[in-house]
Amino acid sequence: MNYSVKYLLRRLGFYCIAGWAALTLNFFIPRMMPGDPASIIFARFRGRINPEAMEALRATFGLTDGSLIYQYWSYLKSIIIGNLGISIAYFPEPVTVIISSGLLWTIFLAGTALLISFFLGTFLGTIISWKRGTKIDSILPPFLAFVGAFPYFWLAMVLLYIFGFKFGWFPLGHAYNQEISPGFNLSFFISAIYHAILPAFTMILAGLGGWMLSMRNTMITTLGADYITFAHSKGLHSRHIMLHYAARNAILPNFTGFGMALGFVLSGALLTEIIFSYPGQGYLLLQAVQAQDFPLMQGLFMTITFAVLAANWLVDIVILFIDPRTRK
Amino acid sequence: MISYKEHGIVYRWINGVFQNTKAIIGTAIICFFIFLTTLGPLFSQDPTAFLSTPLSPPSGAHWLGTNGQGQDVLAQTISGGRQTLLVGFTVGISVVIIGALIGGISGYYGGRIDDLLSLLINVFLVMPGLPLMVILASWLPPGPSTLIGVLVLTGWAWNARIIRSQMMTYRNRDFVSAAIMSGERNIRIIVIEIMPRMLSLLASSFIGASIYAIGAQVGLEFLGLGDVSTVTWGTNLYWASNDLALLTGSWWTFMPTGLSIAIVSFALTLINFGIDEISNPRLISERIWLKKIPKEDAVNGITPVIEYNE
Repeated sequence: MNYSVKYLLRRLGFYCIAGWAALTLNFFIPRMMPGDPASIIFARFRGRINPEAMEALRATFGLTDGSLIYQYWSYLKSIIIGNLGISIAYFPEPVTVIISSGLLWTIFLAGTALLISFFLGTFLGTIISWKRGTKIDSILPPFLAFVGAFPYFWLAMVLLYIFGFKFGWFPLGHAYNQEISPGFNLSFFISAIYHAILPAFTMILAGLGGWMLSMRNTMITTLGADYITFAHSKGLHSRHIMLHYAARNAILPNFTGFGMALGFVLSGALLTEIIFSYPGQGYLLLQAVQAQDFPLMQGLFMTITFAVLAANWLVDIVILFIDPRTRK
Repeated sequence: MISYKEHGIVYRWINGVFQNTKAIIGTAIICFFIFLTTLGPLFSQDPTAFLSTPLSPPSGAHWLGTNGQGQDVLAQTISGGRQTLLVGFTVGISVVIIGALIGGISGYYGGRIDDLLSLLINVFLVMPGLPLMVILASWLPPGPSTLIGVLVLTGWAWNARIIRSQMMTYRNRDFVSAAIMSGERNIRIIVIEIMPRMLSLLASSFIGASIYAIGAQVGLEFLGLGDVSTVTWGTNLYWASNDLALLTGSWWTFMPTGLSIAIVSFALTLINFGIDEISNPRLISERIWLKKIPKEDAVNGITPVIEYNE
């Protein structure tokens, strides 16, 4: 079999194992807690939950009287057919319906911000490693490291306060102007982009330093390699060496890091959404926490995990294209 | 028994930390905050008492104003750091110990054990942390021990991965082969022979894990998953957001806490930069090299790793 196909299948196998591990954790966490999960939920919701919701909740967690293995089996079966149970906060809406309402917003906002921050950070890292020892190299990294030290959501609060509340340049929340009905028209798109600028800027700013520093570190190692010295001595244009010789190779570890960091960056993005009342996964997560809506919380965990795994596999495919060594 | 040479490494390393500007500044800031949060509450006002009109701006009586519950923001910022830093550093240490154990065993033994353990490490690495933390924290009773447990469980894998790859490079070195030949037990080789050589890696792992723990902890508490009746940096921000600090324009309720978190994280990052400068052979030789040749002659990117004897 082709080496590339084998490599991709091996990675896919790993992601399947990771996905199965997440499913299993999701199943066992409520059962490992002191006491029985149904009675914990019942105690917390005393008087606030109607019997039908309670029954739906039992069904969601597979809390039937059967053995643990039987419960686990029926849980896996229901997940595979896409049944994540019934939400408590939005009873009787199924969890899948609620999650899919926010999924596109998160992919739009966090996806765009992540890509911009990755490519901009990598580019800046290339530049400053090339201009090592100059002013820009001694100012930019500490500055962005300082910005990166702020919690994402706190940075969001400050930016929202300054640009949204004080200056009134940007809206204070939501994904689009509530007076415009969502649809395929220009005013809706403009409104959606206008509402996304400030939260996206927060995520880009907070993530930039990390990408830049890791690119700078690999660039410095690459710049010491013999073929760079050789390119210099051949008299090649220095911008050509920087982009096509050094950055071309140094970006590979950064790409691998991109897949790894995805879950971490997404966590920050979720908290940023909360500050901006952006109707994505993060906002749903907050609602789920406030209402102690366990099925929604667990559904979000599963959805986000599978999204991250899928994105990682995409990164693997991209690496296959840009790194000839993986193709042999 | 630690030989003379290993003692030399430790000694040289500590000596290096105290000669590095970044490391000194970072350490000084951290010491200041530890001092402030442990002793400060003795001198500040009661952070939980209702003292003045809620959301009153900074004044002579309340230097940083009051929050939505009429509590003194300065006192809350000072005493809030106590639990946050304690949890952060506890998680940092635990994560390094677990990471060294799992990563060390995985990298040292190799083979089947390594296959299994690195699968475990990679699975935990790829799983998104925040949603998992949220589920765990919402099932468990709120409090510092829940935070520590949840943060350790979701944070150990990164360190394990780094320590594993470092261990793999040591595994094939001559001194390890010599130790195996002389009949030393594996666990002794890992703990006594190899770990001291990883000192700078372990130290920077500890600092990185503490930064992660402080940030993630504050995020969880901000979501309302901590014990909201205690005063910590995370709950300060939780209450600021709950009392509509943004919509009432009361910046003083969230600014001091956020700045403190950022300064602490930045100081820790500075220490890590310092450690890197002390222990990275390329950066060490670059410093020596640049002293010997004029700056304009230093061709871009050529940093030879040269011998250094100090």
